[in-house]
Amino acid sequence: MSRHYLPHTDEERAAMLETLGLNTIEDLFNDIPDQVRLDRELDLPAPLTEPELYSRMYALAAKNANLNEYAAFLGAGVYDHYVPSAVRHILARNEFYTAYTPYQPETSQGFLQAMFEYQDMICELTGMDVANASLYDGATAVAEAALVAVNATRSTEILVVDTVNPAYRAVLSTYVTPQGFPVKELPSVDGVLDIDAVAANVGPETACVIIQSPNFFGNLEDVAAVSAQLADHKALLIVVADPISLGLLKPPLEADIVVGDGQSLGNAPSYGGPLLGFLAAKQKLVRRLPGRIVGQTTDKEGNRGFVLTLQTREQHIRRDKATSNICSNQALNALAAAVYMSLMGPNGLRQVAELSLQKAHYAADKIAAVEGCSLAFDQPFFKEFVIRTNQPIADINKELLQHKIIGGLDLERYYPELKNHMLLCVTERRTRGEIDTLVSVLEGMS
Amino acid sequence: MRREKALIFELGSPGREGFSLPASDVPEREPADLIPSTFLRERAPDLPQVSEGEAVRHYVELSRRNFGVDSGFYPLGSCTMKYNPKINEDVAALPGFAQLHPYQPEELSQGMLQMLYELDQYLAELTGMDRVTVQPAAGAQGELTGLMLIRAYHEHRGDKRRTVICPDSAHGTNPASAAMSGYKVLEIPSTKQGLVDVKALEEALDEDVAALMLTNPNTLGLFEVDIPKIAELVHKVGGLLYYDGANLNAIMGHARPGDMGFDVVHLNLHKTLSTPHGGGGPGSGAVGVKKDLVPFLPVPVVEKVQDKYSLNYDLPHSIGKVQGFYGNVGVALKAYTYMLQMGAAGLKQASSDAVLNANYVRHLLKNDYWLPHDYGPCKHEFVLSAKNLKDKYGVRTLDIAKRLIDHGVHPPTVYFPLIVDEALMIEPTETESKQTLDEFIEVMKAIAKEAATNPEVVLEAPHTSVVGRLDEVKAARQLVLRRQK
Repeated sequence: MSRHYLPHTDEERAAMLETLGLNTIEDLFNDIPDQVRLDRELDLPAPLTEPELYSRMYALAAKNANLNEYAAFLGAGVYDHYVPSAVRHILARNEFYTAYTPYQPETSQGFLQAMFEYQDMICELTGMDVANASLYDGATAVAEAALVAVNATRSTEILVVDTVNPAYRAVLSTYVTPQGFPVKELPSVDGVLDIDAVAANVGPETACVIIQSPNFFGNLEDVAAVSAQLADHKALLIVVADPISLGLLKPPLEADIVVGDGQSLGNAPSYGGPLLGFLAAKQKLVRRLPGRIVGQTTDKEGNRGFVLTLQTREQHIRRDKATSNICSNQALNALAAAVYMSLMGPNGLRQVAELSLQKAHYAADKIAAVEGCSLAFDQPFFKEFVIRTNQPIADINKELLQHKIIGGLDLERYYPELKNHMLLCVTERRTRGEIDTLVSVLEGMS
Repeated sequence: MRREKALIFELGSPGREGFSLPASDVPEREPADLIPSTFLRERAPDLPQVSEGEAVRHYVELSRRNFGVDSGFYPLGSCTMKYNPKINEDVAALPGFAQLHPYQPEELSQGMLQMLYELDQYLAELTGMDRVTVQPAAGAQGELTGLMLIRAYHEHRGDKRRTVICPDSAHGTNPASAAMSGYKVLEIPSTKQGLVDVKALEEALDEDVAALMLTNPNTLGLFEVDIPKIAELVHKVGGLLYYDGANLNAIMGHARPGDMGFDVVHLNLHKTLSTPHGGGGPGSGAVGVKKDLVPFLPVPVVEKVQDKYSLNYDLPHSIGKVQGFYGNVGVALKAYTYMLQMGAAGLKQASSDAVLNANYVRHLLKNDYWLPHDYGPCKHEFVLSAKNLKDKYGVRTLDIAKRLIDHGVHPPTVYFPLIVDEALMIEPTETESKQTLDEFIEVMKAIAKEAATNPEVVLEAPHTSVVGRLDEVKAARQLVLRRQK
């Protein structure tokens, strides 16, 4: 066993037990009834020393293909954007990553200020008035936003367009079904929402309409048109956004709540977690928001300082009447996002977005020219797009692997009508050479 | 000591950059040529404009204004602020783990899937359950998931139940999670001993009760000795027993929730299994279940068939997904490496030492502070009260907490559990040395003495922090949640 995390020597244990007037540590467990005591050792692998552990884990990691070795054209909610070295170095600061929730503000000013700055940056990107200090991921952020809408409107029906990320819709459904709130999926036309379907379905019982732009297919949605449809209703408009896109694209100012995943802001893909749920909203909703919120205040001498605020919304005070049950969040991932946005600034973020946009369009144009391939939709798109092919996506992806390329997402699983359709993502990390290889493989198979 | 820190927005100057990006290697085209200009941003977001060095200095300075376990003693009750082994960080950062896309082919993710599969088995053995999912991202989401599983289990049997029982000593997340999963919450009082009142429980139990949520040891750090009887009573009315694993660090290798009769368990991997708390997250709220509840687990689950690991979505009765992908697998990895390094004997020793440390500190402080539940051994934590100091000298728990900051100690959890007046919930953990504990005991005794002889110095604390005691009422009344432009 590994003793270097357990400082006591046997002599020290004996001395402490003597202070307690006891003979053995087992005496401290005598209150556990015999019938529930474990009378054997746990059946776990024999312990490894640190060098053994490192070798073993290195070998285990080597069994996985990683995005430094393979050029991936996968997106669908997790993105391969470059993470500057400085982000990792800041995240490795012990005072940050070994702290917990800043319940005692005077000794947690660093994290609190960083979260205050993060909230501000998220507001800048989204055009909203207030942001919280993170949720688990984009999917749960959608679900939490829907619950805010239900509480704010006292209506229960949740409308969600089928161009919203299927994984997000799945989590939304898991979250609201036990509470009895109906979810209705609205159809799309040519890869974007159908405004007539929105108009036909929104009513007094509607709590919110949830749309995504750029949507799951990468296409840009007409947020203002949806907002106009909601003008005479109390239903809230919830927009799922890609934070990288907001370096270049117009923020969804018409929304009441903007949510999304901030993984692409300085966080590794990490096989889908930890990610970073962000949630920003109009001022009127501030007291209904879930999760931690940092506010500015002063000490007695007037020095500026930061604290967790509006805590009467939260579970530790309000218990079963809380706006959410969330306690631990994704603070360190939010810190990564703040450092990333600080490094990139408005120009860097715009350049990342522009490079992704240009490369995605370069790839789309070249693929559309390949015999047997075409673009599935005729819509403006950002960094993701859908192609239709004349052969199974699995076959194409298998061939691409031979060229150290991980192809796009086979859409049939999520949209049965989209057989032989692939969702491709091109970030600033993809090179022209990689794109050209992808295209030539497609040409070779057609 | 007092000094304000500029916001990052107040640093740098327009046009300054902290990044470098390669020039486009595809033909450059104006964004407006690619998408309609109505979609383009008219005004750039007002983000910081700083060099890399300025940004690094800013965040390093912020880190110096923050306190972590690596800074000093952090006896935050119910949070298990144990040392976070460094090897775990290095392993999780390997590109072969961190640079994986969740939708990359399973045959190219076998190492990660193997880890997830084995961790499921190790955690099941640790807790006495049959299967474990690491999809929930934190303890509260584990609770929510567990209660959804319980709901699905009952509904599958055609059994509509509407009530979840929580003791009044429960973590706030328990009732909040129960409400979010559509249940009515019934709170039952604790006995004078701080334990579940079995009689009150018996009266509250009927066929409308879906589950009893329990932390064992409870939030007072006391083992619920009537657990066999409690389990029997809950099961007799067809209810299930839910285990809040926030306090599992007390009993690893000594007892298992599964053997106590619990049907569903959540584990805070960031507490018991040493993964860092990250300033509030990411954590991991793994959920373990007995075999009757396995069909309802969130999808996907990891399966192993002939040495090949795969993600199985084919669970027709699954509650669905609770996370976009597979949970905080980067956190799960660190729990896995911790378990591999500790082994069975190491984990048991960790719990033994955690309990020894808590009893040692409790014993040596109980004459200076009020110990409301002064009997038997406690487990990994205990709850003191400053009621004696408040009544005599007007010094409250909050004041003591702030004074501890002056001594380089992170304050314990305060004013929780709610059933103890002026509560100070202290959890030393097993990774603290006897010297550290002795120093803490001396500091606590000195503060109790100060409360009598020089209360002002306690009431005005902290004195050495970068800001003085902050006005939280003002923060809530005059909301400033971003820059005021």
